[in-house]
Amino acid sequence: MFTIFHEKKRVQLVVGFFTGIIFGFLLHKGGVTHYDVIVGQLLLTDFTVVKIMLSAVVSGMIGIYFLKSIGAVALHPKPGSFGSTVVGGLIFGVGFGVLGYCPGTLAGAIGQGSLDALFGGLIGVLIGAGLFATFYPKLDKRILNKGDFGDITWPQLLEVNPWVLVILLSLGIATLLLWIERSRL
Amino acid sequence: MDCLYMEHWSPYVVGIGIGILNCIAFLLSDKYIGCSTAFARTSGMIEKSFRGSKVNEKPYYKEFTPVVEWEWMLVVGVVIGAFISAKLSGQFQFNWVPPLWVTTISSSALGRFVGAFIGGILMGLGARWAGGCTSGHGISGTMQLAVSSWLAAFCFFIGGIATAMLVLKVLF
Repeated sequence: MFTIFHEKKRVQLVVGFFTGIIFGFLLHKGGVTHYDVIVGQLLLTDFTVVKIMLSAVVSGMIGIYFLKSIGAVALHPKPGSFGSTVVGGLIFGVGFGVLGYCPGTLAGAIGQGSLDALFGGLIGVLIGAGLFATFYPKLDKRILNKGDFGDITWPQLLEVNPWVLVILLSLGIATLLLWIERSRL
Repeated sequence: MDCLYMEHWSPYVVGIGIGILNCIAFLLSDKYIGCSTAFARTSGMIEKSFRGSKVNEKPYYKEFTPVVEWEWMLVVGVVIGAFISAKLSGQFQFNWVPPLWVTTISSSALGRFVGAFIGGILMGLGARWAGGCTSGHGISGTMQLAVSSWLAAFCFFIGGIATAMLVLKVLF
């Protein structure tokens, strides 16, 4: 539907920029640009992060599978492997627990004036990403492709109609969120 | 428009908003919200300013060229969007040490700088290692029902919960 629009590079930079402004605005209004809120989630005392992420997953999942069914969008699931997804995910998690921001909320924290995010976190993330780029050829040869499972999605893996999973997951997540609210977490 | 000046919105309004925003990004740009490759590209751009264009020859930067593109603009937009929100609600302020870090660890700005720096290195490394972060995998990938993203999100939180508990409850 918008495929011609996708090729207009300058327009796309502007679209990306405005998408970011709205995303950053929402992250700040949700409180997740604060170290205390993110670490509160990791200590299981404040469930704001989970509430935001799961409600984004439900609305996004329904929206994207609807748009896909009318042929308006194509999905882009990321490929994965145990060597990259699990090992990288756990390294990320350790950094996440110490820094207390993730890459997106780090940018948001910089915008709200958090100097630890600007001088500590940002410089660290740039160095960490640079280290990965430097060691990438070796990691790619030895670890990243171990247990490769490609860019498969759950409906493909389980061989079910995507809508079955969309509905079941939406109900499951809604129940979980209701339980969290009832427990006043 | 009073809501723009409020300090907090319901997490559900924010979450549903992010889900819709992501669908619009798919429609208008054939892209999804993600943040960590922008940091890798920036790192490449900085390295290029010191070592010149031979940086482009690194295999990783052949895949992720160090240039300004959609996602890079998105991350710049996030800084500005959060700034606008903080300014409108009167919460913008320069701050070195988050309150929870003060009460559990110390009020030293240097200590927090070192912690954020080390945490940042691990997170930057891990995000590129896993091929995405809490946005690219955690929200955009999970909503597409990608197996890799559900596994990544699970590992982000397992690693994060274990580390936060160890640092804030056991060590300090």
